[in-house]
Amino acid sequence: MAQPSVNNGVNVQALLDAREALKNAPAAAEFTWRASCKWKNGTHAQSTVRGFRGLGEEQKHKTEFSFETDHPEIFASEDHGATPVELVLVGLASCLTAGVAAVAQNRGIQLRSVEAKLEGRMNLYGILGIDSNVRNGYDDIKVTFHIDADASKKDIEALVAQSQKRSAVYDIVTNPTNVTVEVV
Amino acid sequence: MLERGEVANSWRRERWDSLRLLTPNWQSRLPGYPYRGTDPDGFMSMPEVVEHIAGFAAAAAAPVRTHTTVTSVSRGDDGYRVAAGGGEIHCRSLVLASGAANVPRVPQLSQAVPAGIECFTPFDYGNPQRLPAGGVLVIGASATGVQLADEIQRSGRPVTLSVGEHVRLPRNYRGRDVLWWMESSGVWSQRYDEIDDIERARRLPSPQLVGTPEHTTLDLNVLRAAGVGIVGRLSMIRDGCALFSGGLANQFALADLKMERLLDTFDAWARGDAADIQVGPVERFEPTRAPAAPRLSLDLRSGEIRSIVWATGFRPDYRWLKLPVFDHRGELRHDGGAVVGAPGLYAIGLPVLRRRKSTFILGAEDDARDVVAQLAGYLAG
Repeated sequence: MAQPSVNNGVNVQALLDAREALKNAPAAAEFTWRASCKWKNGTHAQSTVRGFRGLGEEQKHKTEFSFETDHPEIFASEDHGATPVELVLVGLASCLTAGVAAVAQNRGIQLRSVEAKLEGRMNLYGILGIDSNVRNGYDDIKVTFHIDADASKKDIEALVAQSQKRSAVYDIVTNPTNVTVEVV
Repeated sequence: MLERGEVANSWRRERWDSLRLLTPNWQSRLPGYPYRGTDPDGFMSMPEVVEHIAGFAAAAAAPVRTHTTVTSVSRGDDGYRVAAGGGEIHCRSLVLASGAANVPRVPQLSQAVPAGIECFTPFDYGNPQRLPAGGVLVIGASATGVQLADEIQRSGRPVTLSVGEHVRLPRNYRGRDVLWWMESSGVWSQRYDEIDDIERARRLPSPQLVGTPEHTTLDLNVLRAAGVGIVGRLSMIRDGCALFSGGLANQFALADLKMERLLDTFDAWARGDAADIQVGPVERFEPTRAPAAPRLSLDLRSGEIRSIVWATGFRPDYRWLKLPVFDHRGELRHDGGAVVGAPGLYAIGLPVLRRRKSTFILGAEDDARDVVAQLAGYLAG
């Protein structure tokens, strides 16, 4: 249980209370996350997020958040933003990092610094259609955490393992998800 | 006592041929009925288990009506109405002792297995010779999954084992059986109301253990060395292709860490309360080696796989229990064996019913004493 002296900025009690409350309100636990994307020019696009649905009603972020995506110049693009595949790494990194903070708070571990480096290996023969045996996406993703905390190495490893176990993006990336795309 | 077949029926009919108990013989004690054989450290085969339980039934001389199947339990005047064996019994109180493993739990996604692949569960598996020749996909790495993967691989059928959340244990630790540690250190006696997340504890898969005369450890490193292919949790079958999770390395990390924490608990006990008990030096085991690039998909129509064994757990069958006592997942709601919302109705022999050892043979005694005390209080009340 959280010791009062430990503060990672995570309100664990609120999360635990929410867990208890949602146990008896399965409909409120059904969330829908949304993003919108607008083509700018070439491979440049701008995506935004604002509203989502959860706790039985429409919700929204305090402000709209915006993300530029493009490709680097070696792809004959203008490099107005991160590539979409890099944003996937960003999603995974930030989800695991948030999880580390939440689990650490719950286990009474004071964090001093948490840094993650991610590498996703990809063979372009896939997206370029050169070899149909090569997949479009990442062959593998490697995440390396450097964590400075008041805990043993084993406890830190357990923290990172638990964060993966409870991470939505880790699940999305490691397991297939049904995707439907429509044109209206 | 109402028994659908004979005493020890599920041990007679619902186990595979080679199975031996996970607990050493000296631990297979029942109230007032210790193991009296010549091999206290061995592991009983199924015929031996049947003999042991039948011996206890004879010694206890409790009235058992065999070949009496219960077809329904419903509310009656001042208690319950039990339809069984063509007759009806009225009772004020009743104990559900039908267990947690009445039917194999096979996931919904099994329906997408392409035609031509033969599917088995631990109930109809029997032995490897019943499987077609060729590759076998074993789903699940609990005690059942690792034991079947091992013997099927030995039969010459190449096995791929799909591994999700699992519990790793060495057979022996510091010169003693690991289940000696579980019992002696008090871990097994931990009560259900002292456990942080009881729902999770009750859903834990059985540990990766096997009872062999050689006291062998059967973990994933052993299976890999024997040639078994290890893949992640089966997450989907799409267009005839089995798709496995890429989260295998973390499943290994979680199981290794959990095993180490348990061994730390044992060591602390051995240093403290048990300082006068002879045990060997502290041991630590090699981490589970993750395949460099585990397979993420397997085409079930390619001919590589001829059969699938679903070692994905068991569940109770309560179709005959016509009472509003289930949660939204269909699981019996009980508080340490007292069924919620049904005064006088009790359960026994379910996972972590009152203690971590509740589903082991030696766990019956303490739980039975507690449940019977409550039941007697209810009847007297």
